[in-house]
Amino acid sequence: MSQPVTFLSRAEQLIGSDEAAAVEHGMRMFNNKRIAAVADFPLMEELRDRARAIRLHALSNLDRLLAHFADRVTAAGGIVHWASDAAEANQIVTDILGRTGSTRVVKSKSMVSEEIEINRHLEANGLEVVETDLGEFIVQLAGDTPSHIIAPVLHLTRQDVGRLFAAKLGVAFTDNPFELNRIARDHLREIFLAADAGISGVNMAVAESGSVILVTNEGNGRLTTTAPRIHIALMGMERIVSRWEDAAVVLETLARSATGQKLSVYTNVITGPRKPDDPDGPEEVHVVIIDNGRSEILAGETAEILACIRCGACLNVCPVFRTAGGHAYGTVYSGPVGSVVTPGLHGMEPWWELPYASTLCGACEEVCPVRIRIPHMLLKLREQAAREGRLPGWLDRGMARYADTVSNPKRWARAKTWASRLSGPISSKGWIRRLPGPGRGWTSSRDFPRPARESFGEWWRSRDGS
Amino acid sequence: MVGPKVQLFVTCLVDALAPVVGRATVETLERAGCEVAFPLEQGCCGQPAFNVGLVESARVMAGQTLDVLDRTEGPVVVPSGSCAAMMTHHYETLLAGTDRERQAERVGGRVRELTQFLVDDIDTGLTASCEGCSIAFHHSCHGLRDLGLEDQADRLLEGTRRVELEGDRECCGFGGLFSIEMPAVSTAIMDAKLDRVIASGADTLVAGDISCLMHMAGGLRRRGSDIEVRHIAQLLGEQ
Repeated sequence: MSQPVTFLSRAEQLIGSDEAAAVEHGMRMFNNKRIAAVADFPLMEELRDRARAIRLHALSNLDRLLAHFADRVTAAGGIVHWASDAAEANQIVTDILGRTGSTRVVKSKSMVSEEIEINRHLEANGLEVVETDLGEFIVQLAGDTPSHIIAPVLHLTRQDVGRLFAAKLGVAFTDNPFELNRIARDHLREIFLAADAGISGVNMAVAESGSVILVTNEGNGRLTTTAPRIHIALMGMERIVSRWEDAAVVLETLARSATGQKLSVYTNVITGPRKPDDPDGPEEVHVVIIDNGRSEILAGETAEILACIRCGACLNVCPVFRTAGGHAYGTVYSGPVGSVVTPGLHGMEPWWELPYASTLCGACEEVCPVRIRIPHMLLKLREQAAREGRLPGWLDRGMARYADTVSNPKRWARAKTWASRLSGPISSKGWIRRLPGPGRGWTSSRDFPRPARESFGEWWRSRDGS
Repeated sequence: MVGPKVQLFVTCLVDALAPVVGRATVETLERAGCEVAFPLEQGCCGQPAFNVGLVESARVMAGQTLDVLDRTEGPVVVPSGSCAAMMTHHYETLLAGTDRERQAERVGGRVRELTQFLVDDIDTGLTASCEGCSIAFHHSCHGLRDLGLEDQADRLLEGTRRVELEGDRECCGFGGLFSIEMPAVSTAIMDAKLDRVIASGADTLVAGDISCLMHMAGGLRRRGSDIEVRHIAQLLGEQ
């Protein structure tokens, strides 16, 4: 997961690119749909409060809920596995596939599967894995990575997809979305029918019934989890609620916040394998409950981020995400939520810079369906980064000096006088075109106002004295 | 029109870089019938340090600010949504568990952002004027989302000629030290904002925070634009 390249250098590559333009177009569309859906639903504010309470309750009772959930899954004939990290999760899946003689695997969209990089692992073991969510299918075909939690190919245009399909699937170029969809569908249908096993994520698990819920808009999740003999559900350990009543509240807020839909087109509920009188369904259902750093987040100051329901609304309103796009973050969880989750899951090194990739404008918290205090947590992570001595020396020492100066009235008065005098030679008509040192970052694109000859404080003294 | 006696916390940026905004704030408050006091030993609220995680430095600045203001009485008026939010909302986090907790609560409870004070607290009917201007108003983030400002500025600007600014509640890209640490990203967000300001047809860009304004003014200057950039106090005071 190590990323030697910084957020800033990745962002610099992306700013102004076709990819960034596609991202901006896509996220504005999603955001406008969210705004319309919320405006149309007066209950939303109240449901957000309830969704928040439900998710926080689940987090503070996680041990109990997971144990209860595991019991219920087992009672329904499913098999529960516990994975403490990515390697363990991947090994569990490989073992299941090996034992059941499964070599052809289909997948529906799952962020946790991206997090543990399961495709790489399975392919290294000689298995064939095909993504069946249209966006993920495109990503896989292109050898790319997803750039948005719910819209993996937000960064591509339909022309990009048309060219990709023509090159990889041997079809004639088209940029008609319906045609593109049909091509993918035709291609995937045979693969679904031939698959031995299906791997899905879990949008939400319900403890009281041992069910996992999958929401999709394409129906591929349903095929993935019912057509093959084996279904393996990968579940981040925080994705749970106690009761069906709770699940309903979360589902109400999820689709509206994500895509502006009242409900996703498909909401699948899976409770154990096929029963004797079921016409279809898998012979085995496995739920792999994955920790992979979540326990540590839960014990720290950013625990609340685990209440996230992965709607992506915070990405769609973030000015930084909008400008640079998801790939700038260098991790599967991008945008505001990703900047909190990623250092939590994978450590501060090298991810400590992500919490700084924010203007702290607060738009994320404003739209979050579970009202996660994302800016607050970005600040907590910044505090941790500073405490660990990760900030550049000029900033650390400079800020300490500024604090001492500005908090001492005599020194502050002198500093203002000197700042004005020293800036004289480098300014013109009250503005500075090029600042030295770290200030270069400012004047790379903006003039900087020259410190005033007479500060407000001085003016007040002379006015008061007169 | 008799307003109360108020303490002005002018902010370090206004003090050193834009004293004209401070003077306009004094004139505004006096026009509103207030008696204005300026506690001379004030400095910086500490937000620049707090926002990059340097909490020790932030506590030094917050401590000085609190001590100075705690010796005074009455509303503390701040011509910045961002600094006001620091004092009303973030001191609580910064000083939790320290012996300044109560002091932060006491002083923070007196802090009011300028437009909030003028419209919500004293409602003097004061209105802005800007002869011959067409104004685009930018709603700064912390005022909107931390303080919950809504239409206070709109009400003060009633009677001026406004133009619609698309995305007027979206961030300008300043972000404090973000503007220096990640200049390319900050600039790209600003450029999108400035494109919209220019497209709005306004000849004057107004906001309630000097930090966002100097970022956008610096960008406009670099583009060679002649759009005027003014703090809302400058439209309320200098008349």
